[in-house]
Parts: sequence; C-alpha cells; structure tokens
Amino acid sequence: MHLLVCGGTGCRASASDSIIEKLKSEITAKGLQDEVQVIMTGCFGFCEKGPIVKILPDNTFYTQVKPDDAAEIVAEHVIKGRKVNRLLYVDPENKEHVSDSKHMGFYRKQIRIALRNCGFINPENIDEAIARDAYQALGKVLAEYKPAETIDIIKKSGLRGRGGGGFPTGLKWEIASKNKADQKYVVCNADEGDPGAFMDRSVLEGDPHTVLEAMAICGYCIGATQGLIYIRAEYPLAIKRLKIAIEQAHEYGLLGKNIMGSGFDFDITLRYGAGAFVCGEETALIHSMEGLRGEPTNKPPFPAESGFLNKPTNVNNVETFASIPVIILKGSEWFASIGTEKSKGTKVFALAGKINNVGLIEVPMGTTLREVIFEIGGGIKNGKKFKAVQTGGPSGGCLTEKHLDTPIDFDNLIAAGSMMGSGGMIVMDEDDCMVSVAKFFLDFTVEESCGKCAPCRIGNKRLFELLERITKGEGTMEDLERLQNLCKVIKDTALCGLGQTSPNPILSTMDNFYNEYLAHVNDKKCPAGQCKSLMKYVIDPEACVGCTACARNCPVNAISGERKKPHLIDTAICIKCGACIEKCKFNAISIK
Amino acid sequence: MATIKSLDDLRKMKESLQSKINLREKGEDPNSHVQIKVAMATCGIASGAKTVMEFMMEELEKRGIDSIITQTGCMGYCYAEPTIEVTMPGKEPVVFGYVDTKKADEIIEKYIKNGELVDGIIPMNYETIDKK
Ligand SMILES: Cc1cc2nc3c(=O)[nH]c(=O)nc-3n(C[C@H](O)[C@H](O)[C@H](O)COP(=O)(O)O)c2cc1C
Ligand code: SF4
Ligand code: FES
Repeated sequence: MHLLVCGGTGCRASASDSIIEKLKSEITAKGLQDEVQVIMTGCFGFCEKGPIVKILPDNTFYTQVKPDDAAEIVAEHVIKGRKVNRLLYVDPENKEHVSDSKHMGFYRKQIRIALRNCGFINPENIDEAIARDAYQALGKVLAEYKPAETIDIIKKSGLRGRGGGGFPTGLKWEIASKNKADQKYVVCNADEGDPGAFMDRSVLEGDPHTVLEAMAICGYCIGATQGLIYIRAEYPLAIKRLKIAIEQAHEYGLLGKNIMGSGFDFDITLRYGAGAFVCGEETALIHSMEGLRGEPTNKPPFPAESGFLNKPTNVNNVETFASIPVIILKGSEWFASIGTEKSKGTKVFALAGKINNVGLIEVPMGTTLREVIFEIGGGIKNGKKFKAVQTGGPSGGCLTEKHLDTPIDFDNLIAAGSMMGSGGMIVMDEDDCMVSVAKFFLDFTVEESCGKCAPCRIGNKRLFELLERITKGEGTMEDLERLQNLCKVIKDTALCGLGQTSPNPILSTMDNFYNEYLAHVNDKKCPAGQCKSLMKYVIDPEACVGCTACARNCPVNAISGERKKPHLIDTAICIKCGACIEKCKFNAISIK
Repeated sequence: MATIKSLDDLRKMKESLQSKINLREKGEDPNSHVQIKVAMATCGIASGAKTVMEFMMEELEKRGIDSIITQTGCMGYCYAEPTIEVTMPGKEPVVFGYVDTKKADEIIEKYIKNGELVDGIIPMNYETIDKK
C-alpha cells in the first residue's frame, strides 16, 4: 500500500510535511513500515482543497487533511480498510462523498486535445504516432469526404484560430477554397514570438505529425498541394523533429504524391525565420518567406486572396492545426461540446512568472483565471499575493483580482481589456511594479517594431520615454495625459497588429493600477519597491545598534556613523545595491 | 519500409502497432520490459534530461534490467523538469519529476526493481481525449 502525500508548494504551505512525518510515525508504531510506504508527490492541481492524501491501490482521495488526521487514516483506512468519510471530497453538485479519484474526473481541470500526444509518443518515430491515430483523419477525409464537407465539419466545430486573432478557421478555409488559382499554399505559422509563450514549440517538438497531417487536410480542402512551415531558426529541436517527421511521412507515402491512393498530392517544406516578432504577422511572414523584408502590408488583400507569391494562401497557427485531426475523428459536435458559446474547444496556456507550477496546460475555454492560477498553477510563488496576470503578451493587457472569476474565452478577455493572444500567461505578484511591467513590454515593441510606419516606429519610442521618466520619478500629470492620448493615436493609426496593440499594456495598467502611476508621479514613490530611482535606503535610528556591518559592506562608502551609535546613509552616494540590508542583523535598514 | 496505399492499409497498420504497444504496456507479452519515457523537449533538455536519459540507459544495462527507453515531448510539468515516465509491465504509468541522476538511481533501485514508489511523483492532472 502506498500513501501519496502532496508535496507541491500549495499543500506544503498547509503543513503537508508534518502530515508525512505523522503518517510515517503512525505506520512505524503499528509495525507496518514494510507494507505501507508514505510518498511525497508533486502538485495534484487541486491546491485549493489541499493538502491532498491519495491512497493506492484503491485510489482514495482525501482532501484538506490535517496532521492530526494521520492517526485516523492509519487506524481506519490502512488497518481496517474503512475509508475516513469526513476527509473525502464532496461533490459540489450532488453533495455526495467521492471515494475514488477515478470517479472524480471533474477535478482534472485540463483536457488535452492539442497536446494529446506530447509526452506520450516518441516524436521521432512515426510508428508511435500512427499507433495513436496519426494520419487517420487525413485518410478518412481523403477517402470519405469532399473538401466542402470537410470544411463544413471544421465550421460546425466552432474552432477559432489559436494564433491570437481568433478568426473562425472553417470560414478561413472556405474563403481560400473559393478563390480560384493554379496554385495555392497552406502555411503553418510557427513563429511564436510572444515573450513567455512556448506552446507551439512544444507541440512541434512533441507531436510534429499532427501538424503535418492537418496541413495536408487543409491543402485538400482549399485545393493546395504545397505546404510551408514558417519556423524561427531559434527552435533547432523543433526543426530537427519536423524534418525527421516529414521524411518518415514521405517514406510511408503519407506525404508526397497520391497520398493513400487518393490521387491527392501534398508536400511540405520548412522556411526559417530570423526571430522577428513582426514576422508572426501573416503578411510580414509571407513577405519574409518570399525573400523580401519582413514587413507587413495593408489588408486587404488578405492572404486567402493573394498571399505567398500572390497566390491564395491559408495561414494558420500550430495549435489551430493540432486541433484539426481530432475534430475530424471525433466529430464537430464533440469539439463544440467543450468550451463556451462562442469559443469552442480547449486552449493551451504557458504559465510563467510568479507562479508555482510553471508549465504548459490545456484547459477548456471558459475555465476561470482562478482555476488556472490557483488550482492548476498551484498559486503564487512564496505565498505572495496575486496582483495581475498578463495575457496576450505585448499585445494584451493585464487582468487583476476582479477578473479572477471571468471564464476565459476570446470575447471575455477582450471585454476585460486584454486578449487571448497566443496563450502566454505571465503572473505577477505584489512585488511587481505595473509601470515597470508596461515599460518592459514597450521596450519589447520598440525593439521589434519593423519601422515601416511612423506611429509605431516613433510613437512607441515616445511612449517608452514617457514611461521611463515616470519610473525615474520625473513624470508629471501632463505626462500621464500625453501617455493616454498617444496610446490612442498609435492604436488608431498603426499599420499592422503590432502597432495597433502595442499600447495595450499601458492602457490596461493605467486602467487597473492608476494609483500606482499617481504614486510614481506625485509622491515620487514606487509602491512595489521596484523602481530603483525612487527607492531610498534608510536606517532606523531606533533599531540600529551601531554594529558597523553595513558601513563595512557598502561598496561605495555611503554609510557613516560611530561604533555603537546609529548610522546614516548618504542617499546622494548610495547606489541602492542592497548589500547593507542583507548584512544588517537587526532589520534596521529599509527601503522607503 | 512499406508505403501505405490506402486508408485500410493505414488502419491495419495502426491496429498492429497499437496491439504491439498494448501488449508491451499491459505486460501480456512474456518478454515485456520496463518502459521509460524521458521528456525531451527544449525545456527538459535545458534542465538536464539528456544526462538522465544516458544515465538510465547505462545503468539499466549494467544492472541487467531489460528496458525500453525512449524520448518524448513536453509533458507540461516544466516546473519539475527533468521528468520521466516509468511503466512497469502490467501497471499504470507513473511520472516522476525533478529527476537528476541520484533520483534516477533511486527510481531504478526502488521502483523498477521492487515496485516501491519514491518521492517526487507527479500526479496526472488532466484528462485525455481517449476517455471522452
Ligand atoms: C505582431 C503580430 C505577431 C503575430 N505573431 C504570431 C505568431 O507568432 N504565431 C501565430 O500563429 N500568429 C501570430 N500572429 C497572428 C497571425 O497574423 C495570423 O493571424 C495567424 O497566424 C492566423 O492563424 P490562426 O487563424 O490559426 O490563428 C501575429 C500577429 C501580429 C499582428
Ligand atoms: S505597426 Fe509597427 S510593426 Fe506594424 S508595420 Fe507599422 S512599424 Fe511595422
Ligand atoms: S494539490 Fe497539493 S500543491 Fe497543488
């Protein structure tokens, strides 16, 4: 028998360590140490009901266990085989105790559709992919459906593009299929330039065949025989695995001429990007593949009319493609049964920042931020307080406490002042300064702006300078007003999505954390204590015993004072390195 | 390598590949081995998955344990990399996180040899589409 005790950060904060100890000593006391082992595990993704104890082999799932419950668990469950009812999870719907974790699938907030094979198959072996249904959907489509029927399935599934915009995929395919041309192209957008996002890379590294298969299905639907994957050269492992996958698919005749005897030909080649964020924008991406500068052009014409080499081109994101084969095999109704009214299926998020369980998750649309951050994500690092989460990367905005219970989908996120974006979620805690966060993203856009249009090239630079003044304590109330006005002008006049969305991090932090801006401007203070220029190190004369440890460790000799007398920091010399705080044993130094 | 000429071909191939894997996983195959998957996406490799994989290959061979070690993609538990999944014949797969060579050694000695679990299991917290 095994007693699994959650040792994830959330449960550990509520004493799972001492549960382990108590269980172990109870078991030893009863002389059962050879038959029963107590094991510490990682997070169960159920932290809100932690600490969790799970018992194997019978899969009993105890929640909110206290160290004092250990004796009862051992005496009742381990020895007499009787479950401790009061510790069982109570189903919120029917108020019944759920005894067996196999029957509490609902606690698993995640469903893996796009990630279904990641971490299961060896991505360099096509046989393993085939054993898990790879190319079945392509085979079925080629043998049984007309292109229009297939497009209809995708339309009915409600799938919307996962690359950021959320455009209905079936509709996009239909438009491309209706445009007549001698050649058309299917493009997979694997540029993934959003800082903090790595889901596309993971899909390509873990399950390259699903993307190849879906591209071929798309080719069949729109009448294209050529596919291109635009991938950043910074993803060498994904590139290697894609190449192997393409080669193996060719050997099996699953790509190339006359696929599975259907008469349909389809081939895929790779194109490498140099890692410019703007090249993720579809028109810039297409120009980059044509060997031109990676600059966007006005839409219309949309790629579906005139894209790569001026031919109709369908561009979709990696994760969008990865959902396609499952939709074909399991049906559009199945897919449409997951998610919210206008956003169907699941979305992959990359959790990053001040969150315990950094990683990739896939949840049904409509899951709340609270579930994502506090249950699956295991809550905030080091027990700090949640402050905000940035979704949509540099194009998105931050969501706060008041948005925690909003179901996540395309439309709700936009209504909340952010956007889905590609699925990066950067979690911030009380120590993060929101003005600095906005500055971080602006720094990124200034760097990544292609420079083609003036609002973005010049405007973002000015926005960045304004933010810099504010974080240095040189900002004025007029600056705040200018900031807001300029944001609006850039949004309205920039040529492409990069510029049109780049002010979002400023607008949303101003919306949600205006007081923090005011503190920087009026009080010359950074409430989070992040803006170095606004920090002042001071010694509390009451607490200081005059041990001289600080003065001896200050690299610039900014601290003076006699032995056994309170010391003083000369703020004109202080470089705010923090060395003194670390050395002071009496907590006499603080940042004001 | 045979080419797949029709959907039927593909289906047959899938069936046979799948039953092979099932045999292996369910331990009905008398020659069944321990199966180990190492999460080798960029995140895993960056935190040392390659070293762990090499260590396990060498050690399992040295210690005379028949096993199949393969690489796989990201399991999603980036906070606990390197992660590996161990499937003992006839048993459910178990995922272990934070596996360095020391942990790998413990896993071999305790879990693989004696079926005793060790600290650091990562519970599966998602649903697969197979059940839906
Ligand atoms: C600045 C900018 C960057 C973008 N970066 C990406 C990207 O990295 N990956 C992506 O799939 N789409 C990106 N997009 C969205 C694409 O233009 C396009 O809408 C998307 O690839 C379409 O695929 P989908 O319908 O499957 O989402 C970006 C858009 C903009 C404006
Ligand atoms: S908005 Fe920025 S990135 Fe887009 S075209 Fe203009 S300068 Fe280039
Ligand atoms: S369930 Fe225990 S830490 Fe998450």
